Amino acid sequence: MLKITDLHASINGTEILKGLSLEIKAGEIHAIMGPNGAGKSTLASVLAGKEDYEVTSGTITFEDQDLLEMSIEERAREGVFLAFQYPVEIPGVSNVNFLKTAINEIREHKGIPALSAKDFLRLVKEKSALVDLDASLASRAVNEGFSGGEKKRNEIFQMAMLEPKLAVLDETDSGLDIDALRIVARGVNTLKSANNATLVITHYQRLLDHIIPDFVHVLYDGKIVKTGGKELALALEEKGYDWIKSAE
Amino acid sequence: MAGYTENELAKDLADKEYQYGFISEIDSDVVPAGLNEQVIHLISAKKNEPAWLLDYRLKAFEVWKTMTEPEWAHVAYQKPDFQAISYYAAPKQTKKFESWDEVDPEMKETMAKLGISLEEQQRLTGVAVDFVMDSVSVGTSFKAKLAELGIIFCSFSEAVQEHPALVKQYLGTVVPTTDNFYAALNSAVFSDGSFCYIPKGVRCPMELSTYFRINAGGTGQFERTLVIADESSYVSYLEGCTAPQRDENQLHAAVVELIALNKAEIKYSTVQNWYPGDKEGKGGIFNFVTKRGLCEAHAKISWTQVETGSAVTWKYPSCILKGDYSVGEFFSVAVTNNYQQADTGTKMIHLGKHTKSTIISKGISAGHSQNSYRGLVQIHKQADHARNFSQCDSLLMGSICGAHTFPYIECKNASAQIEHEATTSKIGEDQLFYCQQRGISEEKAISLIVNGYCKEVLNQLPMEFAVEAQKLLSISLEGSVG
Repeated sequence: MLKITDLHASINGTEILKGLSLEIKAGEIHAIMGPNGAGKSTLASVLAGKEDYEVTSGTITFEDQDLLEMSIEERAREGVFLAFQYPVEIPGVSNVNFLKTAINEIREHKGIPALSAKDFLRLVKEKSALVDLDASLASRAVNEGFSGGEKKRNEIFQMAMLEPKLAVLDETDSGLDIDALRIVARGVNTLKSANNATLVITHYQRLLDHIIPDFVHVLYDGKIVKTGGKELALALEEKGYDWIKSAE
Repeated sequence: MAGYTENELAKDLADKEYQYGFISEIDSDVVPAGLNEQVIHLISAKKNEPAWLLDYRLKAFEVWKTMTEPEWAHVAYQKPDFQAISYYAAPKQTKKFESWDEVDPEMKETMAKLGISLEEQQRLTGVAVDFVMDSVSVGTSFKAKLAELGIIFCSFSEAVQEHPALVKQYLGTVVPTTDNFYAALNSAVFSDGSFCYIPKGVRCPMELSTYFRINAGGTGQFERTLVIADESSYVSYLEGCTAPQRDENQLHAAVVELIALNKAEIKYSTVQNWYPGDKEGKGGIFNFVTKRGLCEAHAKISWTQVETGSAVTWKYPSCILKGDYSVGEFFSVAVTNNYQQADTGTKMIHLGKHTKSTIISKGISAGHSQNSYRGLVQIHKQADHARNFSQCDSLLMGSICGAHTFPYIECKNASAQIEHEATTSKIGEDQLFYCQQRGISEEKAISLIVNGYCKEVLNQLPMEFAVEAQKLLSISLEGSVG
């Protein structure tokens, strides 16, 4: 589904990703771990198409298409979803209106007629239950006045609504208490299917107790330096990132 | 996709052409340019006015001659040459229409381009439209139905002929001829406008709507509007404006007076989309308007405006809260683009006890434009327990526009409670990215964000108008994505 080959990317002239390669197949959950500054969030931003980052070399193919040639919204419509580390607030725009616009833009792109108000509301009800999101949050302005946990749950709610092929969770666990963590993990696990894939970016191992990855990659200094199964995450937790740094 | 910066957005906004730029070829009956007593006599005679009104005009003219143009606003423009303006233009077709079919087809077409087919509006929306084109009303609908309730809704000229006592009693009582330069000018030369009277205890069953439109080249438009809501009555009044594209600047100096007697309520909504000039700042309407309402006891006046047009706007819809427990509200969205300049806001004059006012102002600046909020909250000595809440927000698009806030507060009563909040923000790249990451195009994202930002004000507009205002905001931002 996703194939990244020898990716180099920089911001303001500073190279952050220095030859990253990664392949993700449908049905898989991958975790990327690494110390601060390793390039984890840069990878998420480059996948989503954020324009502050410049890809200097390397390729990314997504579903046999050149992802780097696609605009931000095209990537989203083709099924790339980013759960933001810091979801922004959009005052005055209700969550429901925001999602309805998004869903119908995606449907238009796919040549499917717009969702009726009735079907849309049914979907909202169904999916918000998945992450215990209070129905009132759906009608409030996007992320405005949401607690940290509510914002993260709202990201997963949006993911459930948009049904992406590839979901990238950028440090979704940061700032979550254990209950919220469980709710988020349950949402992600429920949405998992043979046709979609998830890339979990995290600093800590604890999220991986709840979302069991098929592969764990260690990102260090812009490259993947180690790949293994879920036991790698436990080893990292135990030995710390210095273990990777000294092993290099 | 290439990186899209705010500068590019600003450029794209500048490239957007004015959509309502067309000129109707209707024969106009134009008075030669220039302003003197003869011209005023001529206007008054053409309109077959009573002597007291001619006298009113002449007195205003005398006052105007002694006045100078105000210069305190944060706007810069070439002052109009008042001797180069023609002060009266009426469509030549002056006979009254028995039915809608008799109206000049080209005039109908003009209205159709504005998207306000009268038939359509009459049939579908139940809105009574008093369509003003170059100063003479051409279609007043639903009159019969309103008449049953004793409501008077007609052109100002007609009111002068049919209801002279009411006009004489209230004209100039809220905005005196001596008020300011442009109000004095208007009082001397006003051509037509709208008049509305709601009798005691009557709730007007429909939104009353007037579309103003400046058409003949080189004619100033001097509208005069007078709305009187008698005790315990209610009326919602809509005013919409678009003007065709022209190269020379055109002057618009209207006066609107609202009178809300005891326990009456007037809701006055405006969507203004006059030609703002081209992207070099050439042409466009000068919009120098005096709007003011007077509230008697327990009365309420609510001004809502969505201002997207005009080259220069100088406008402060205000409330004089004379009666105890009266309420004044001001909700405003002002969008400026290219070289547009807007200096707009409100005055809330608290005279009565327990009077209350609310001000919500949302400014959006793009291009090279300058957008200023200027507001006065004045609490007089005897106004015990007066309350005011003001919120002024500015949204900037690009880095070469300006947003300014000039709040004035004068409080002479210690029991008053006054709150003022102000924010300035830019359309966030982060907000745009977030929307796009969910599959929403940049253009739709900007429209969403801007409409969200203006929501508190748009929510105040009657339904039909809110839809139109949202469309206008979107049109203003159309083509803003490359």
